[in-house]
Amino acid sequence: MHKEFLMGNEAIALGALAAGVNLVAGYPGTPSTEVLETIAKRNPGNVYVEWSINEKAGMEVAAGAAYTGARALVTMKQVGLNVASDPLMSLEYIGVKGGMVVLVADDPGPISSQTEQDTRTFGMFSKVPVFDPASVAEAYEMIQEAFEFSSKYKTPVFFRATTRVDHGYEAVEVKDPEEYYVNSYEGFVKDPSRWVIFPRLSVKNHALIEKRNAELKDVFSSYPRNQIVAEPGTAAKPEGAQAQRACRIGIATQGVNFMYTLDSLRGRNVRVLRVATPFPFPEKLALEFMEGLDEVLCIEELDPVIERALTYVCGKYGLSVKIRGKLTGDIPLSGENSMEIVDKAITAFTGEQGERPEQMPDALPQPPALPVRPPVLCAGCPHRASFYAVKCAMKGLKTIYCGDIGCYTLGNAAPLDMCDTCLCMGAGIGIAQGVMHMEPDTKCFAFVGDSTFFASGITGTVNAFYNQADMTLVVLDNSTTAMTGHQPHPGTGRTVMGQAVEKVSIERVLRAIGLTVVETVDPLDHKLSVETVKRVAAEPGVKAIIFRSPCIAVTKPKGRSGVDAAKCIACGKCIRELGCPAIILDSDGKKAKIDTSLCTGCTLCEQICPVKAISGGAKNDTAAGTDPGKGGCHV
Amino acid sequence: MCKNDLNKSIILCGVGGQGTILASRLIATAAMDKDIPIRTAETIGMAQRGGSVFSHLRLGEGTNSPLMGKGEADLIIGFEPGETVRQLPFLKKGGAVVVSSRPVMPVSAMIGKASYDAAQMIEYLKANVTRLTIVDADRAAADLGSAKTLNVVLLGAALRSGELGLDEADLENAIREKVPEKFLELNKKALAWSR
Ligand code: SF4
Ligand code: SF4
Repeated sequence: MHKEFLMGNEAIALGALAAGVNLVAGYPGTPSTEVLETIAKRNPGNVYVEWSINEKAGMEVAAGAAYTGARALVTMKQVGLNVASDPLMSLEYIGVKGGMVVLVADDPGPISSQTEQDTRTFGMFSKVPVFDPASVAEAYEMIQEAFEFSSKYKTPVFFRATTRVDHGYEAVEVKDPEEYYVNSYEGFVKDPSRWVIFPRLSVKNHALIEKRNAELKDVFSSYPRNQIVAEPGTAAKPEGAQAQRACRIGIATQGVNFMYTLDSLRGRNVRVLRVATPFPFPEKLALEFMEGLDEVLCIEELDPVIERALTYVCGKYGLSVKIRGKLTGDIPLSGENSMEIVDKAITAFTGEQGERPEQMPDALPQPPALPVRPPVLCAGCPHRASFYAVKCAMKGLKTIYCGDIGCYTLGNAAPLDMCDTCLCMGAGIGIAQGVMHMEPDTKCFAFVGDSTFFASGITGTVNAFYNQADMTLVVLDNSTTAMTGHQPHPGTGRTVMGQAVEKVSIERVLRAIGLTVVETVDPLDHKLSVETVKRVAAEPGVKAIIFRSPCIAVTKPKGRSGVDAAKCIACGKCIRELGCPAIILDSDGKKAKIDTSLCTGCTLCEQICPVKAISGGAKNDTAAGTDPGKGGCHV
Repeated sequence: MCKNDLNKSIILCGVGGQGTILASRLIATAAMDKDIPIRTAETIGMAQRGGSVFSHLRLGEGTNSPLMGKGEADLIIGFEPGETVRQLPFLKKGGAVVVSSRPVMPVSAMIGKASYDAAQMIEYLKANVTRLTIVDADRAAADLGSAKTLNVVLLGAALRSGELGLDEADLENAIREKVPEKFLELNKKALAWSR
């Protein structure tokens, strides 16, 4: 054993390695990405690791491995689970032979996601048991236990953590590689009655799953991480039954909210139930917890899972305990909880102020207007140039710009204003078609990153071609999955294991579908880009432009641009049109100035300045047709 | 100092890309080396693209949550005046604030959609924080010949506020562990700059 300062996702990865995981697959997505990356980095050498092209592919690869008796882990963010739900729903009916953990990172807030969906609810829907860790150190232990459960009950299990656990850091006691469990496996054994899903097998296994999950309620009632903490807020803890009787109110909680609750009690006398396995719900333990209580407040994030479960238990056993939480308006229905929210809810619930630390006077005077800082495309980002070229080329025409998931969603912000819709991975391509069929006079564009194209853009493009759509597909190929931290994908020619492989060419894929107009251009050549967009968009049918220029995070700047103050006429065009964070106002408040610590010398502003006042940059010449890369991702 | 005596809640805040995460790692490494329990929560993801970012650090035992509540921070290390004002409600009565004077202008202010006056932010801090250290980031950059060490300059100032719970040697060791050899001297100078 040794101690390491670990991010939650790193702890989960090391825990999976300690549990003898044999295969890990996944698709990047905040806040889950670092799990697979850490496995790749700390691989003792015998673990197969891959970035799959999407979550469905990853889920199936992991299932196949688990069919052989191996231990498999698949990683994704919560919306990725939607993509992978088809194989998972059926897999639960088939089960596994080894162990299989489905790691899903949920994102209350949401901080960087489209939805606030709750994987605990998905567990109930799919009948897959769910583990819900509360801290970084616990996550390390708990993922090992999740593998044990999965192997024992031959079912995939969810390990769902939320952002504060995934991206928290803590010093954790971890095993040395010699101490890792070794999972040796038998291999796949043919047995159609087990591995081929027919209706007859489904109905039989459905009954078995329900029976097993009913049993798991009891098993989980004695799982030590599901626990009752008697009056954690009071210093001197009364023992046993007496303590339980003294207290007539309780809090039921989960995940990081358990920590918020413990820190917020400050002497207030309540009994606490921490639910570590929300599904199947530890019913017996809940009954024990509610013994003698009048009221329970459920403190949780996302769906009111515990609240519904307790309400059900009360109904089932005829208890007259009042269950409060999100459904009764005591806890916010949406958004991330905070210490304030939890503290306020506990104050309202107990009718007692906790012992407060001496605070700043509550009434800090109103501060001056604080700057709003929505995330923006980086200085020198080639996506800015691509959007700007399309914007210039289509000036005055009726257009729709359907965006997608990735850094380039940030093209929606002023002054570019080039993302009219964004729904989910790959959706822009379909939405552009739907709009086009209803509004034939609109020029319909779909913007998609290269990784997103591979993940879920190809089927939409085939659909457009087959069904005679009239639209322009714009692939933003920036040679890296920037938003999630530079993962490889089929276009990059390397794998997460560092292997050099044949690149999949986006141009060739598009031509194979049948597109005849497929043009590749360097977006940092502004004039050429505008001309190309005008020409391509005028063609009938489905046509494509590939803007290829590497992300600034994977290249070194070759020069920095600067404004010649003597030449600048303070027209403001560079600032107003581009929104590059490196271009700021000079101290006179009129002329432009470039922050050289941010500028990458992409030369875009040089090319649009009407009086050629800006110079000194040197753009990356990724000539069209070279080095296809990665670009989109589940942020 | 007995490790159990130490209990510090610290916030680092700024704008994505300013190096708050490295600074938080340095404090954490120094604490780990001294066997002080440490827990942090960071902003990772989309906000790193020029958005508001913060790290919460809890040193010592006695707390469970990685995030702190309002009025609980012993120290705020602000990489940017406006962001520091944003986090001020978290400061404990009598807590210390170390702030860089240099603003990062948001794009929205540049294209005229919002206004942002950093001097006003500094005035607000002066009026509401008794233990305030303002670090002249431009002068530090000129003296050190690099703007990239702002995070370590701020850590030095934080050290001298007495609220970090660590000493200079601890941080120097952490820098040695986390920063490439060739930048070692520069970072040591940066750490000492506010002396
Ligand atoms: S050259 Fe101009 S547009 Fe490009 S990064 Fe520098 S300031 Fe921004
Ligand atoms: S576009 Fe040229 S002239 Fe106009 S403000 Fe920018 S640098 Fe000055």
